[in-house]
Amino acid sequence: MAEEMDLAQIETFYDVMRSQGITRRSFMKYCALTASALGLGPALVPKIAHAMETKPRTPVIWVHGLECTCCSESFIRSAHPLAKDVVLSMISLDYDDTLMAAAGHAAEAAMMDTIERYKGNYILAVEGNPPLNEDGMFCISGGKPFVEKLKMAAKDAKAVISWGACASYGCVQAAKPNPTQATPVHKVITDKPIIKVPGCPPIAEVMTGVITYMLTFDRLPELDRQGRPAMFYGQRIHDKCYRRPHFDAGQFVEKWDDDNARKGYCLYKMGCKGPTTYNACSTIRWNEGLSFPIQSGHGCIGCSEDGFWDHGTFYDRVTDLTQFGVERNADQIGMAAAGVVGGAVAVHAAVSALKSAQHKAQKSSTSQNEEA
Amino acid sequence: MTAESTDPGQGQALGRPAAAAALTGDSTAEDMATLTRNSSVYVYEVPVRLWHWINAAAILVLCMTGYLIGSPPPSLEAAEATHQFFFGYIRFAHFAAGMIMTVGFFGRIYWSFVGNSHSRQLFRLPLLNRKWWSEVWDEAKWYAFLKKRPKKYVGHNPLAQIAMFFFMTVGMSFMILTGFALYSEGVGRGSLIDRIFGPLLDLVGGSQMMHQIHHLGMWAIVIFIIIHIYAAIREDIMSRQSMVSTMISGTRTFKDDDPN
Repeated sequence: MAEEMDLAQIETFYDVMRSQGITRRSFMKYCALTASALGLGPALVPKIAHAMETKPRTPVIWVHGLECTCCSESFIRSAHPLAKDVVLSMISLDYDDTLMAAAGHAAEAAMMDTIERYKGNYILAVEGNPPLNEDGMFCISGGKPFVEKLKMAAKDAKAVISWGACASYGCVQAAKPNPTQATPVHKVITDKPIIKVPGCPPIAEVMTGVITYMLTFDRLPELDRQGRPAMFYGQRIHDKCYRRPHFDAGQFVEKWDDDNARKGYCLYKMGCKGPTTYNACSTIRWNEGLSFPIQSGHGCIGCSEDGFWDHGTFYDRVTDLTQFGVERNADQIGMAAAGVVGGAVAVHAAVSALKSAQHKAQKSSTSQNEEA
Repeated sequence: MTAESTDPGQGQALGRPAAAAALTGDSTAEDMATLTRNSSVYVYEVPVRLWHWINAAAILVLCMTGYLIGSPPPSLEAAEATHQFFFGYIRFAHFAAGMIMTVGFFGRIYWSFVGNSHSRQLFRLPLLNRKWWSEVWDEAKWYAFLKKRPKKYVGHNPLAQIAMFFFMTVGMSFMILTGFALYSEGVGRGSLIDRIFGPLLDLVGGSQMMHQIHHLGMWAIVIFIIIHIYAAIREDIMSRQSMVSTMISGTRTFKDDDPN
């Protein structure tokens, strides 16, 4: 009962929006945009509006581990759902040490207060990951190893959102040899529903879209096998790439400064990882749909894929296999092996021919002797 | 005159039932009984031969198009991208050949149950059979030039059987699994092929890694092709039985009738 009281005290999203001068007309526009961004169709617009009008804002604790804050930078640039301050008011962002005004003990107290008041009802958003080596000493937050803060905050959370490649997979700090033993969130927190939103950073609208979905329907969006929201990570960049017709036609950029690059041909030969990367860049794009890496002439580097730093160079299609301890790709290794076998076969054939000739010579000499 | 040419009449006189026990390979008493009447044995039935050549053609197409998919040919500008599907056709050929190879492989597995005893060699290694191991050793010595005269085999010689088991039965299974996992990405998440093969992507560490090991698998098969063609031609010339023509006619003919 006390919990319900507490939740009722928080304003609804609609209240917050109206108090910030958003008209009802704009509010309904926002609901319609959100519905289409989530692929939900017009019938669900009133449902989103209703949820926004009646549901208390969900408290969110946003913690930062080993990371670069690019997720936050992306998040605050979201255009649809509404950008900047409105988005930050949609959720009751009770703790975010990067964005909050409070600092030091006051900030830590705010987090403890939220955990106590909304036990089991708040969402824990994690940006970055905990390094586990040396008892977690490579990342200290509030005077303690970040891994302890993460575990403490996750204990009473309703669900955990892993923002970005760091929290989802480990990203650059977990790349080999991973000296700090940076570990993705799902390997540390194993008893809570975790939603991974990978990318370095994730697309702003994907981040806000995930939160909007969770608030509207009070459940996690449909996740794929890896725990990512299927609606944003269900297809490869390649599947919806506007340069795909050039791929199918066999028209590629051969060099960065060639005419094909100017014509906007496919970047496959330049090492584009679009065919192996699941994300929504080619549909939602970046900066209010302005562009995305491939559109600006550079191949996809696959930043939303597990271990993308360890998959060799960004500029080769067939990348090096570091497992062999040498800088060679699968084709080079295969060709070398085939060459060795081919050479061995040639030598074997030559020896076979010599032996056979020798054998025949011996036989003919013995039979000649017999005849003689 | 060479010592190899022996009198056929003498062989008949030796008495075949006694010789049957000394036979090598997976030959049966029936094979031997045939040999007493003819100098050849029907080894590879029609479905086996048909599969062999369809499979060979499919693998040839798969290797060539597969390599080109990883390292595309120079850009082609015959028409507007809308009217040109050059790279698309290369990929189509790869997928089509992959489907044919897969269906053929299942057909071949089926035939190993209903076909003759030789059709099982590809899928079952008689690892507990002492005689088979001694023949492996014997064949290895023949290939290391330590033996002047090889044994006679009705089916595959044991060394060939090992190579075919690992490169074809295991290797092709690997290529089919990894290939369909990659194919599932194009078909789309949630599709039947994705539900069956998609989890393999997560198992190996993502799509990029799956591409890499699929490439390595191709090179393993290329190596097998080199060895297979060399050994088939060498055996045809130097061994005591027919080799290349057997995969065309199905019959194994022997150059001598010495049972040992």
